[in-house]
Amino acid sequence: MAAAQEAGIFDESALVARAREGDLSAFNALVTEYSRKIYRLAKHITQNDEDAEDVLQETFLKAFEHLPDFHGQSKFYTWIVRIAVNESLMKLRKRKSDRSVPLDEPVDTGDDTVVREIAVWEENPEQKYSREELGKILDEAVDSLKPPFRTVFVLRDIEELSTEETAEALGISVPAVKSRLLRARLQLREKLTRQFKRKGDDVFAYM
Amino acid sequence: MLTCKEFLKELNDYLDETVDPELRRHIEAHITQCPNCFVILDTTKKTIQVYKGVQPQTLPADVQARLMKAVERKLADKRAKLSVKAPGIST
Repeated sequence: MAAAQEAGIFDESALVARAREGDLSAFNALVTEYSRKIYRLAKHITQNDEDAEDVLQETFLKAFEHLPDFHGQSKFYTWIVRIAVNESLMKLRKRKSDRSVPLDEPVDTGDDTVVREIAVWEENPEQKYSREELGKILDEAVDSLKPPFRTVFVLRDIEELSTEETAEALGISVPAVKSRLLRARLQLREKLTRQFKRKGDDVFAYM
Repeated sequence: MLTCKEFLKELNDYLDETVDPELRRHIEAHITQCPNCFVILDTTKKTIQVYKGVQPQTLPADVQARLMKAVERKLADKRAKLSVKAPGIST
């Protein structure tokens, strides 16, 4: 994406307009631009390669189908994220139909923001790992979160949607997004602290 | 003076820079006096940063190929339907 932007050739709204007229190459450019992100999102939510691939295909097929209904009220990307989230949640529900996944139900976020692990991280921990290793650590941490927290974190902090866009995509309230995000961030912070903390150190290293 | 619990409640809004200036001052006063909360703030900020820095990986080649095939099939279907809908135009 960065390369395309640098070259000045990626103009989302122009591509969307052309794709709506039936321009295949314009639609393909949109697919190429966003497929990696949509696949990553679907994988994080469904935690299953096969489901993620289904979601990826369904998302772009539906986007193509419904392109005439897309009037640019939101960004194209936000729009397809919404489709992908819906498809992913359907997969999740189908797969776990024996256990309900309370994504759109109130979640007890009460006082469960307990912080147990407090330690200073080593300098630039991400540089100590290869890209693959770091990716694995980060993915495993996110994947260990429960679905209501995982989905909010993925949309807000990985796909960088706004609080309002996240609320809309998940069909939950803004306060619910906020409280789930806090819990997700604190849980991830704990998990990563176990990986990244400076050895033989304590909190007073900062003082 | 904020308590640690109150600090935690405001942590997200502080990180997302959506707190008003007065609350910001209270939070900053709290972390200069509370090393634990300072570390929590710092490591939470780093947690968010480390995720933001990760670029999505390239799609596996077979996944990419199947996606493109599915899109092309859809387009072919659509074209077929359009030509049925326009009987006046012979092709």
